[in-house]
Amino acid sequence: MAAEETAQGPVTMLSTPIRLDYNFTAGVAQSKSLRGYAEGRFIGQRCPVCKKVYVPSRGSCPKDAVATTEEVVLPNTATVTTFCVVNVPFAGQSIEIPYITASILLDGADITFMGLIQGIAPEDVEMGLRVEAVWVPKEELGPTLASVKYFQPTGEPNREVSTFAEHL
Amino acid sequence: MADPTEIYTSPHVLEYPYARSTGPIIGAFLTALRDGKIVGVKGSKGRVIVPPTEYDPDTAEETSGIVDVGPGGVIETWAWVDTPRFDAPLDTPFAWALIRLDGADTAMLHVVAAPTSDVVVTGTRVTAEFRPAAERVGSMHDLRCFVLEGK
Repeated sequence: MAAEETAQGPVTMLSTPIRLDYNFTAGVAQSKSLRGYAEGRFIGQRCPVCKKVYVPSRGSCPKDAVATTEEVVLPNTATVTTFCVVNVPFAGQSIEIPYITASILLDGADITFMGLIQGIAPEDVEMGLRVEAVWVPKEELGPTLASVKYFQPTGEPNREVSTFAEHL
Repeated sequence: MADPTEIYTSPHVLEYPYARSTGPIIGAFLTALRDGKIVGVKGSKGRVIVPPTEYDPDTAEETSGIVDVGPGGVIETWAWVDTPRFDAPLDTPFAWALIRLDGADTAMLHVVAAPTSDVVVTGTRVTAEFRPAAERVGSMHDLRCFVLEGK
């Protein structure tokens, strides 16, 4: 019933990739943050109404619906609010498992972003862990969050969860 | 220091590398394409369906028997593409067409290469043009396009 078979054998599998080609435009606020990465620093914005600091900023406060125009340079130090131990291998994985992906709350910021944790055994990571950003060498800095190699422990005592509960 | 007013843009590609099993019928169709042939399948009442399906779309009965069709056929309907997109099968203007291959009772969607749109007419005879054997992998793209018969 199969068509004439060749030395290669009958076809049983078909590759059907689905590909979406986007062109992403960062906009004014995110471009500020991206430029910050190229300079080796975190740049956020403060809401003029609620005073919350967003990093990276989208250019407006989602709570007050006003433009965030005040630029805030944030330090390299941060607190791990929540984290995940990645144990599952997947296609394109570039880091040896197990590793930690964490929600990073920079000191002075009011929102978290995702970051890689290194320099500590996965079983030793806890909520409230104090970390600092390790940047790539100066000549490799670029307008991308990949300019931050990872976050590593500072050695300070963990923060009590109650002190950052509003950011969970 | 970076330009303090630059707005960054970047290509962002999202791709899912799916692979799917063909099953015996589509598998036979793709195997035939790799061999430089087109096949259909016999449905209810001997109707020949191309591309072949496992079930007759009208009666839901199981189809049976792979049969050779083409390589010639007739254009049933068509749409002219004047400005091919970057991912189009041809980089020159062409037609998407429903082509009823010789020996088939259904039409198959494929590409018709033609110099101008006015020669693409319903009822026009076309014939399959395959890629060279070494480039064929068992894909619809093994059939590069259809060309006007006798041209």
